[in-house]
Amino acid sequence: MTGFDFSNYNRNAALHAKGVPLPKATSTGTTIVGCIFDNGVVIAADTRATSGPIVADKNCEKLHYISPKIWCAGAGTAADTEFTTALISSNVELHSLSTGRDPRVITCMTMLKQHLFRYQGHIGAYLVVAGVDPTGTGLYTVHAHGSTDKLPYVTMGSGSLAAMSVFESMWKANLNREGAVALCAEAIKAGIFNDLGSGSNVDVCVIENDKPTQLLRNYIKPNERGEKERNYRFPRGTTAYLNQKVITKEDMRKYVTVEEVSGDPNLMEVDS
Amino acid sequence: MMSFMGNQPHNEAVGYSFSQPTYVPNKEHSFYPYTDNGGSTLGITGADFAILAGDTRSVAGYNINSRYAPKVFKIGGDDDTGEGAHILLSVVGFAADGQALKERLDAVVKMYKYQHGKSMSVRACAQRLSTILYQKRFFPYYVHAILAGLDEEGKGALYSYDPVGSYEREQCRAAGSAASLIMPFLDNQVNFKNQYIPGSGDGHALEPKKPEPLPRETVEQLVRDAFTSAVERHIEVGDGLQMIVITQNGIEEIYTPLKKD
Amino acid sequence: MNHYPEIWGRPRDDIYGPYNSSYLQTTGPKTYTQSPAVTGTSVIAVKFNGGVAIVADNLASYGSLARFTDVKRLRVFSDSAVIGFSGDVSDMQYIHRLLGSIDIRENYSTHGNMLNAKNLHTYLSKVLYKRRSEFNPLWNHLLVAGFDEDKNPFLSSADLLGTTYSAPHLATGFGAHLAIPILRRLFPEEKPLEEITKEHAEAALRECLKVLWYRDARSLDKYSMAVITAEGIELKEDQVIGAQSWAFAESIKGYGAQIN
Repeated sequence: MTGFDFSNYNRNAALHAKGVPLPKATSTGTTIVGCIFDNGVVIAADTRATSGPIVADKNCEKLHYISPKIWCAGAGTAADTEFTTALISSNVELHSLSTGRDPRVITCMTMLKQHLFRYQGHIGAYLVVAGVDPTGTGLYTVHAHGSTDKLPYVTMGSGSLAAMSVFESMWKANLNREGAVALCAEAIKAGIFNDLGSGSNVDVCVIENDKPTQLLRNYIKPNERGEKERNYRFPRGTTAYLNQKVITKEDMRKYVTVEEVSGDPNLMEVDS
Repeated sequence: MMSFMGNQPHNEAVGYSFSQPTYVPNKEHSFYPYTDNGGSTLGITGADFAILAGDTRSVAGYNINSRYAPKVFKIGGDDDTGEGAHILLSVVGFAADGQALKERLDAVVKMYKYQHGKSMSVRACAQRLSTILYQKRFFPYYVHAILAGLDEEGKGALYSYDPVGSYEREQCRAAGSAASLIMPFLDNQVNFKNQYIPGSGDGHALEPKKPEPLPRETVEQLVRDAFTSAVERHIEVGDGLQMIVITQNGIEEIYTPLKKD
Repeated sequence: MNHYPEIWGRPRDDIYGPYNSSYLQTTGPKTYTQSPAVTGTSVIAVKFNGGVAIVADNLASYGSLARFTDVKRLRVFSDSAVIGFSGDVSDMQYIHRLLGSIDIRENYSTHGNMLNAKNLHTYLSKVLYKRRSEFNPLWNHLLVAGFDEDKNPFLSSADLLGTTYSAPHLATGFGAHLAIPILRRLFPEEKPLEEITKEHAEAALRECLKVLWYRDARSLDKYSMAVITAEGIELKEDQVIGAQSWAFAESIKGYGAQIN
């Protein structure tokens, strides 16, 4: 059996008809961008993942590996971007092994669009595909329904308009590496500060001709949390309990290997 | 009240998301007179003061309308400076209703002074606010209001309301979009819920830590920590923190910047 | 607020679920027109040292049809304020008439028309809030620009629900998505107003209009701009967006593998 398991479909349909809500998926309400420059392409993303109005992850990774010189930025349903890029990454590698050539960006983009079109938008992956291959530099967007676009600068996600406003007012032809990285970072910052679905840090990935790909994780960190004003460490014994059973270290050694750790064992682990 | 009806949802019209609706929705959506402008507010009282705080972000969908749109107001004072006020009101929810509610209560408190020659007590104002909210029972002011001031004995007084006028005097209350994030923190840090005195007994004999009015400095720190934490985890909270403190000596306003992402 | 005026004021599907229209009946209580027909898109405004600048394009759309291409959506009120309208054009013209009668009445009073932009904004937001409370909204989102009673630059917004807010830069409709990020980048909130000149503000607004012309399908390259300073109001209604860049277009061929 390959592909998705639909065995719970009828049960879930019946439950939903009775009013049981669908489980809420973590969505990367996101800003992702990409921009071509003279010797390659750069893609960038913010690092906020949301579940409704709640921040699910303050520093998630939205830049996905496809092959050494092809990377993907993902918006939409987190699980869908994660699994779709992993699947295509795997297939791209097999394809490259069987042909004995370096993988091409257009191959990856075509595999993605055909996969997504087959699922008629139910796989909620909105992607920016970028990379360099023997034919040159490639930059594409792929929508969940399977449509694609090929442009010198692209944006996607809930912050796409904020990011696009930066490109439309600052982009120039024939950018160099520094210019493209700065422009993409500025576009992501516009998303972070103007779109509630985007936030935290800027991740950048630079893919260049004849150079190793650079993943600049947390390239800019404009939203670091300040110090808390009070200390929330509780005195030992604050929590209520009804009874206790003491298992000595000697008893434990029968079942597990106990390693001594450094630091004060009386202190509770609380982030700073 | 809903539990009498059992858990069976009475709305038969819940559509199945994967299938097309059986009817063609060819009619227009009718006008919906409310919107959610996000944000959060928080009030805590002490022995001789009350603090009302709120973030200053105004939200529409995924957009930020304004980074400075105050949610905490002085009631019964000068229109521009707020001078002479002795009551505070915070409103969170639908901003237009909040504005209208604030203006009505302000007019009521002012009229009271003109007609009776003395300031309205916080207790009376609290009751009046409840009446104002309930008057619109079937077209409610879509807001969660918190009223604060000093009571007849000079102690901090705080009243919290639901949108249709049910109210209660409390030690502390969080309202708005991040209320569910802040309120448990307040229960634990202000009312010492789930905190016991170490070594005071075994099992059920363990003695709970007794809540007592906190000093002003501590409360201000708690408010700032509550908001900086809410900003981390709620997308609609941020930009700035407006904190208004009311004491015997008058009203003081403190602004602290918050993260803008 | 999003960039589709016909959706303004309607329950959002992502929060309230799709609307069950089976409850809508043709018989029943009195109903009003509850959707806009001819609409105007974004209005953008920014404060600067000594005044406010405001722009809106000259298009009135009828759905996706660019119906009227010479509609003025900026309204000067008695040399003290400018109101920018987006949303329904017929409701705009109704508000126009309200403002006209207020202006006449004020001018017949002892002191003449002493209303400033702040007074006007208060009035308009109450009109809008009253109408939404009667379930008969005026389908507009407006920006009011001018001065307050202390002669400080004033800029504030009011929408069809009666919601009001102000900021150093404001935009309605699609502008809230595309123009606000540009303005917040050029003039950060913490930057003092004294450092923003009139020329800076005008240039920024033109830049915003250009980006909107690129990306808002309901926009036009012909626009009006009003600049309010202590000297008075300077209104230009026949401006054209120039110097567009199509440099990006050179390299584009198709959406995938096309070469020629």
